[in-house]
Amino acid sequence: MSIFNFLKQRKDTTADIAKKRLQIIVSHQRGGDEEQKDFIPKLQQELINVISKYVKVDQDQVKVELERTGDCSILELNITLPDTLA
Amino acid sequence: MSKKKQTCEVIVVTSGKGGVGKTTSSAAISTGLAERGYRTAVIDFDVGLRNLDLVMGCERRVVYDFVNVIQGEATLNQAMIKDKRFDNLFILPASQTRDKDALDKDSVGRVINELKESFDYIICDSPAGIEAGAVMAMYFADQAIIVTNPEVSSVRDSDRILGILASRSHRAEEGKERIKEHLLITRFSPERAAKGDMLSVQDVQEILSVPLLGVIPESKSVLRASNEGIPVINDKDSDAGQAYSDAIKRFLGEETPMRFIEKAGIFQRLFGASTE
Repeated sequence: MSIFNFLKQRKDTTADIAKKRLQIIVSHQRGGDEEQKDFIPKLQQELINVISKYVKVDQDQVKVELERTGDCSILELNITLPDTLA
Repeated sequence: MSKKKQTCEVIVVTSGKGGVGKTTSSAAISTGLAERGYRTAVIDFDVGLRNLDLVMGCERRVVYDFVNVIQGEATLNQAMIKDKRFDNLFILPASQTRDKDALDKDSVGRVINELKESFDYIICDSPAGIEAGAVMAMYFADQAIIVTNPEVSSVRDSDRILGILASRSHRAEEGKERIKEHLLITRFSPERAAKGDMLSVQDVQEILSVPLLGVIPESKSVLRASNEGIPVINDKDSDAGQAYSDAIKRFLGEETPMRFIEKAGIFQRLFGASTE
């Protein structure tokens, strides 16, 4: 086996890449049945409405994400406040 | 011939994605079960795009179809076609002229209940997709065989179908014990997997985490069999035929090692050791 082959084998094969991509897709797909995930956009909109009452924020400055790892679900809320407030 | 089992089981063969081998597998599995002495009915749920009759070689004997039975235009006895080889195997063809909306849950349930009285197994060959036709095929299932190719779109669609099986079947709606799932990997190429050009059996199983029923190798015998209208499981010399027979054994609870999943190495070929 040449050195070239040796180096080539250390790299991910296309099958490895496929597997990694699928694992991400599947965890997202399973990370909540459709109905569960459906509430995210609405929640995001309502949060924006509430926050806007007190602070002026852009729509895209409020991010809501639901992630699931194993049995545990994490609802991540990320609000970037405008510089003027600080 | 009388029934072999006390209770009848309904098995759906499904995949989400089209062209992965649902009909080929439905034909092989129903033939394999009949060969083992079980009274078996196989229903084509692909209304509008019927093909099971072709794969099973009975296309010229279709007079009435599933939709005729649903709508009371024919009896089950009139519509069921007896297989050429096994007299305990019957095919209920799909309608070629109607569309998938022709099936409703109540009527399909009625037909399945009638079949349950005289059959051991009812195999439902699902159409592709996740719409009404596919949901109807899985709705009354006790067990599901998920046909998957070692390829990204097929694996993702299989995962999607697993989600639908778990939420939209009769068992799910009634809060009963969930459908028993089996993974059937088809069109597998040990050589390409060994090179890293194709997902391995282990990869697919790990991603979907469904018990593995069998691995059917990519094989010229599958096309030859469908050309002739003879389910490939009848071709005892072919690798695909043998792989389906192995899957039937496992389905019936017999343990048998997985074959055709590893490439025969040069040493194994030289010294005649089996490919494990």
